[in-house]
Amino acid sequence: MARIIELLSPTPPGWGGTLLVGLLHSVEIAAGAFGLGLVIGICGAYGKLYGGPVVRDLLAFYTTIVRAVPELVLILLLYYAGTDLINQLLTAMGYQRIDISGLVAGIAVLGFVQGAYSTEVMRGAILAIPQGQIEAARAYGMSPGLLLRRITLPAMLPFAIPGLANLWLIATKDTALLAVVGFFELTLATRQAAGVTKAYLTFFLAAGVIYLLLTLVSNLIIGRIEAWARRGMPSLKEAH
Amino acid sequence: MAVEATIVNVAARASLWLQPHRIVLIVTGLALVFAAAFFMRWDWLPQYYEMALVGLWRTLWILAVTCTLGFLLAVPLGLAQAAGPFWLAAPTKAFCTVIRGTPLLLQLWLLYYGLGSLFPQYPWVRESWMWPYLRQAWPYGVLALTLSFAGYEGEVMRGAFAGVPKGQLEAARAFGMSRWKILRRIWLPQAFYRALPTLTGETVLQLKSTPLVATISVIDIFAVSSKVRQSTFLTYEPLLLLALIYMAITGILVFALGKIEARIPNKIG
Repeated sequence: MARIIELLSPTPPGWGGTLLVGLLHSVEIAAGAFGLGLVIGICGAYGKLYGGPVVRDLLAFYTTIVRAVPELVLILLLYYAGTDLINQLLTAMGYQRIDISGLVAGIAVLGFVQGAYSTEVMRGAILAIPQGQIEAARAYGMSPGLLLRRITLPAMLPFAIPGLANLWLIATKDTALLAVVGFFELTLATRQAAGVTKAYLTFFLAAGVIYLLLTLVSNLIIGRIEAWARRGMPSLKEAH
Repeated sequence: MAVEATIVNVAARASLWLQPHRIVLIVTGLALVFAAAFFMRWDWLPQYYEMALVGLWRTLWILAVTCTLGFLLAVPLGLAQAAGPFWLAAPTKAFCTVIRGTPLLLQLWLLYYGLGSLFPQYPWVRESWMWPYLRQAWPYGVLALTLSFAGYEGEVMRGAFAGVPKGQLEAARAFGMSRWKILRRIWLPQAFYRALPTLTGETVLQLKSTPLVATISVIDIFAVSSKVRQSTFLTYEPLLLLALIYMAITGILVFALGKIEARIPNKIG
């Protein structure tokens, strides 16, 4: 027991500090990827609902491919292809090659994956808004931007939150996959700590507890946000 | 007459689907595929062909075994949460929460490195009949994927069991059926029908989780592609082919499970 506490202590003889740095990186990437996914999702949902036939087909292609191929394969493909493409572009334009930081690459790759799922969630949520509300806003002469900001986004929020909450939890867990491409996040930090100290069970269990706490705290906050977004609406239990 | 009508119908549907912009998109797509086939290097294929088939077989085998075992485990997990007493419902709920709240990669590494480092310390484990299996990687992969599938599907089964109308169960009891017979004849079949639509999605998710076993040295199709990349120094070709293979498996899975789903009576409850 004393040895476990010593191993997990946050100061250097213990590896707790390393795990916490890994957790920080995980949360940064998850938040960044989720945010990027939201932006892609809103654009994608708008494209799927109101876009022309070509845009719709291309978006259908994007969401189908991303949801049919394992995240691990997508991460490898986008990680290598993305950094390679940017560097080739830079050299073609006469700039120096750059090292793309793992953080940016991880956010971009996971955000691209999240965007596909997010598109579907948002599309469903926008379709769930009573059509009269959007028509009324158009009748008042609102511009599309104002309509999006004042009507569509707030009105779809209660319908989108359960799906988005799921996506956030998936994002936090998908960051673990970046360990495979060597990005230093919680799972890789855990593996390094475990490999050095040979206390595999201790560290993997500790990391499991950290991930679980992240999920449970997220659930608490999501519950708050959902209650706020659904204010004034009949509760779910009464509606059924 | 009827045959003519169907032909016209099919032709009309085809022309509706095959709009001019789609033809352009398809031509562009085909051009990209041909460009990839001609301008990228595929000369390594004959050499790794057999290895890839073995890897593919292993992936499919792991998928089938973990989905089956996971579903069998999910039924009692769901039942315990939906109808079990507190001392049974609480631990199963905790199990599902833990499985769904932590990354699968971590669970896999916990089992493989954690348990794998624990077992050799005990002589009785090393002398048991299980030791030849415990020394290999695949049992840990199968165990982790099975538990993961059971955790996710257990939550679905809980909802499915709870969703069967009370009147059905009361009617069964009024007929004098024993509790076991109610479960076997009324409750389980209806819950199963309710859970089936989610099963396609869960199976596809499970397929997408299988490449994780490559990180604990199981040679599945993903590991074969990594091996090709390491020995030929090609970045894109093996990964693109791998993505194509996974897409094909997903397509077949969705099609086949959709056929099964379509045979279910859709008026339930």
